[in-house]
Amino acid sequence: MPTVNMNVNGEAVSGEVEARTLLVQFLREKLRLTGTHVGCDTSQCGACVVHVDGVSAKSCTMLAVQCEGADVTTIEGLADGDALHPMQEAFRDNHGLQCGFCTPGMIMSALDLARRNSAPSEQEVREWLEGNICRCTGYHNIVKSIMAGARAMAAGQGG
Amino acid sequence: MPKDGIGASVKRKEDYRFITGQGAYTDDIDRPGQTHAVFVRSPHAHARIASVDTGAAAAMPGVVKILTGADYAADGLGGLPCGWQVTGKDGPMVEPAHPPLAVDRVRHVGDQLAVVIANSAAEARDAAEAVAVEYEPLAAAASIEAALSPGAPQVHDEAPGNLCYDWEIGDRADVDAAFAGAHHVTRIELVNNRLVPNAMEPRAAVAEYDRATREYTLYTTSQNPHVIRLLMGAFVLQLPEHRLRVVAPDVGGGFGSKIFHYAEEAILTWAAGKVARPIKWTAERAESFVTDAHGRDHVTVAELALDADGKFLGLKVDTRANMGAYLSTFAPCVPTYLYATLLAGQYTTPKIWCGVQAVFTHTVPVDAYRGAGRPEATFVVERIVETAAHEMGIDPAELRRRNFVPADAFPYQTPVALVYDSGDYEGTLAAALASADYDGFGARRAESEARGRLRGIGLSAYIEACGIAPSAVVGSLGARAGLYECGEVRVHPTGSVTFFTGTHSHGQGHETTFAQIIAERLGVDIDAVEVVHGDTAKIPFGMGTYGSRSLAVGGSALARALDKVETKAKRIAAHLMEASEADIEFADGQFTVAGTDRSVGFGDVALTAYVPHNYPIEELEPGLDETAYYDPANFTFPAGCHVCEVEVDPETGAVEIVNFAASDDFGNVINPMIVEGQVHGGIVQGVGQALLEGCVYDDEGQLATGSYMDYTMPRADDVPSFTVSTRTTPCPHNPLGVKGCGEAGAIAAPAAVMNAVHDALGSRGVSRIDMPATPARVWQALNA
Repeated sequence: MPTVNMNVNGEAVSGEVEARTLLVQFLREKLRLTGTHVGCDTSQCGACVVHVDGVSAKSCTMLAVQCEGADVTTIEGLADGDALHPMQEAFRDNHGLQCGFCTPGMIMSALDLARRNSAPSEQEVREWLEGNICRCTGYHNIVKSIMAGARAMAAGQGG
Repeated sequence: MPKDGIGASVKRKEDYRFITGQGAYTDDIDRPGQTHAVFVRSPHAHARIASVDTGAAAAMPGVVKILTGADYAADGLGGLPCGWQVTGKDGPMVEPAHPPLAVDRVRHVGDQLAVVIANSAAEARDAAEAVAVEYEPLAAAASIEAALSPGAPQVHDEAPGNLCYDWEIGDRADVDAAFAGAHHVTRIELVNNRLVPNAMEPRAAVAEYDRATREYTLYTTSQNPHVIRLLMGAFVLQLPEHRLRVVAPDVGGGFGSKIFHYAEEAILTWAAGKVARPIKWTAERAESFVTDAHGRDHVTVAELALDADGKFLGLKVDTRANMGAYLSTFAPCVPTYLYATLLAGQYTTPKIWCGVQAVFTHTVPVDAYRGAGRPEATFVVERIVETAAHEMGIDPAELRRRNFVPADAFPYQTPVALVYDSGDYEGTLAAALASADYDGFGARRAESEARGRLRGIGLSAYIEACGIAPSAVVGSLGARAGLYECGEVRVHPTGSVTFFTGTHSHGQGHETTFAQIIAERLGVDIDAVEVVHGDTAKIPFGMGTYGSRSLAVGGSALARALDKVETKAKRIAAHLMEASEADIEFADGQFTVAGTDRSVGFGDVALTAYVPHNYPIEELEPGLDETAYYDPANFTFPAGCHVCEVEVDPETGAVEIVNFAASDDFGNVINPMIVEGQVHGGIVQGVGQALLEGCVYDDEGQLATGSYMDYTMPRADDVPSFTVSTRTTPCPHNPLGVKGCGEAGAIAAPAAVMNAVHDALGSRGVSRIDMPATPARVWQALNA
């Protein structure tokens, strides 16, 4: 079996994987980083979004071996100790989550948007979320959360 | 009042673990020595199983065990039970056997017939593909119409004509007499489209057996772990409850689909005993589509009789409802007692008749999905009222006003069994119309028309029966369980509190809402309260979460348990202060002797209860830990009005929701932030049903919408933000005055959206368009 090496949340990790092992399987099953979720098998729902080299990616649609040498960030890597990332805070403050299952993917996707666009409009947020499905919130408070989180990041509270 | 008490939009206690990726969902659980299961499922809607050869699969790498329907049958265990027996005109419903692994026939695509257990999920999947099943395909009946047609393929031999039951409520002759005197009769035909619930977390289970203690533990994605323990233990696997623990940990949404007892959790538990290693199964999304119980799927003809002033004289509703291939746990009650009993809506319609034929088809079982029967009822009532208004040239809001149950008429006995507890339908209508700027619609329509767009507005004045349910009532209607709720308030020696509830939170925020009630009542800090749910080893008992019952029934159990805590604590305080118990007052966490400055804090009383050195030990047991079971006196009746405004592009048929306003009466509100979130989510599920979602089977029973590539889930850019508000008439029969808010949006929204779509298209001569009103359907209707 091939060995894969990558940096996950700032730590060098390596592990033997099958060639068919998906990045999400490597994260969840080998590294026990279970905050990244799998909600579908057609790359639609976005519950599995992580960052690979700083860009949001669906970890159900990448092979682990494709991430050789990459920097991977998961939801577990956002908070600085007890200090939440502003986007995490924004989701809590604006009730941007209910069951929590889509939330890690939403937050990771939102971060990528906020880094590209520090003041996204409601419409820009809604269009950006094309690849993330939520069944609980009706998106209303997710959109509010992302707009608030982006503003907080732009205000220098983190990023 | 403490700052985090009743009525405050407290940020949710549960959020920290979810936003940091530390939620513990079933698939996140790994047990030592764990194996993985993959089910072998039928690719045919209907077939005879000629043979199952597991030889080649058993020799595959990593395979631990393969079990088939024959193995299960050989153990003499039970089939999956149905929890509700409906009795129709001709007697009790037909209740066919539902083997958890099919033996000789498969009856829907996805029907499971064997399970492969291996060291890894990949090995199990590889081996499952190597199980050689020889099928003899049979003709299938994949729709209500096909199943009821003469000579249709039979789903079950014991259900001739594929009829499960033929049921009615109301006196047909009486209603016909009302129609005979009508000035106007409005008739509509409609389809309530079949939906796939699609909670974002796929169903999963982990089962294990401890040979030392002979205990089974099942972790499962359930809304009601005690119900699963009861059904699976007593009826399916015949395991004693004291050696069967069912845990529903963090659950990623349910919407009804995780109420039911499913084959997979039973088979995993059974198999765990055989392999003596833990077994995990997690559904792939494609598997969820063909195994999670679907929702809705009605075909209905309705007629409304009105007098010259627009007063409703009578309503006749004839519905055929799809049950799917087997009876899921609560399926039979959904199109009867949760549907026909709501057909009075918010109105004084004096005579109502409804007939329901429940039909077996070669499709996935159909059961409760957010709203369960009540969205279907609201859709019938609000579509026919709106249609009648247009036909008679009466403003739809005005026609509703003329027929509302007046605010001073409660309790109100409807002609279809229910007694509404409280409400103010004029109030919620007026508030919703004001939010929606109903009066300004004409100008907006003209502006749209100038741009070549068709604009429409639609109302939905819904009612639901929630707080399910008075046990004696549902028992008399065929329920095979009580529907009370249990809560245990355990005050710890230092005055912090753990609340054990039989309800289950899978997004609803019970850990916060219930903690607010406790903080308010006992005067403790909300951080000193922990709410525990979802584990039969920790919680005395519970019926779980569905039917917007958690606060109305589970919250009432909490209130009753808090009554007991306060009563006992007052006796302890009286002893400590050497006062009469009758003189003790309790407020803001302090027990005070009335009219004096003598007081003792809640924490001191708690400590005294557990360190009873100075204690009335002859009269009172130590400890401060109280349990209550609450059985509601009646259903609760949340109601309100939703107003939707759409703009249709006649060139493409695309419908855009340009405004959506709601005014809801949920009784007293504990956490407005959470309530608003529930309404938002419900509205989008309703919008999804109206415009996007439709579960399609082809004539052979193949599911044509089996993934998110084909089944249109609402996305962020399909919907706008919403204007929601509440108006309160407290529930008069439960201690918190609450009614429930979880399903309202999904109940109200489809009719509001479709009334708006019909309003927009009416000027172009379109009189009927079925859900989902996709661009293709709208365009075809405009160009017919």
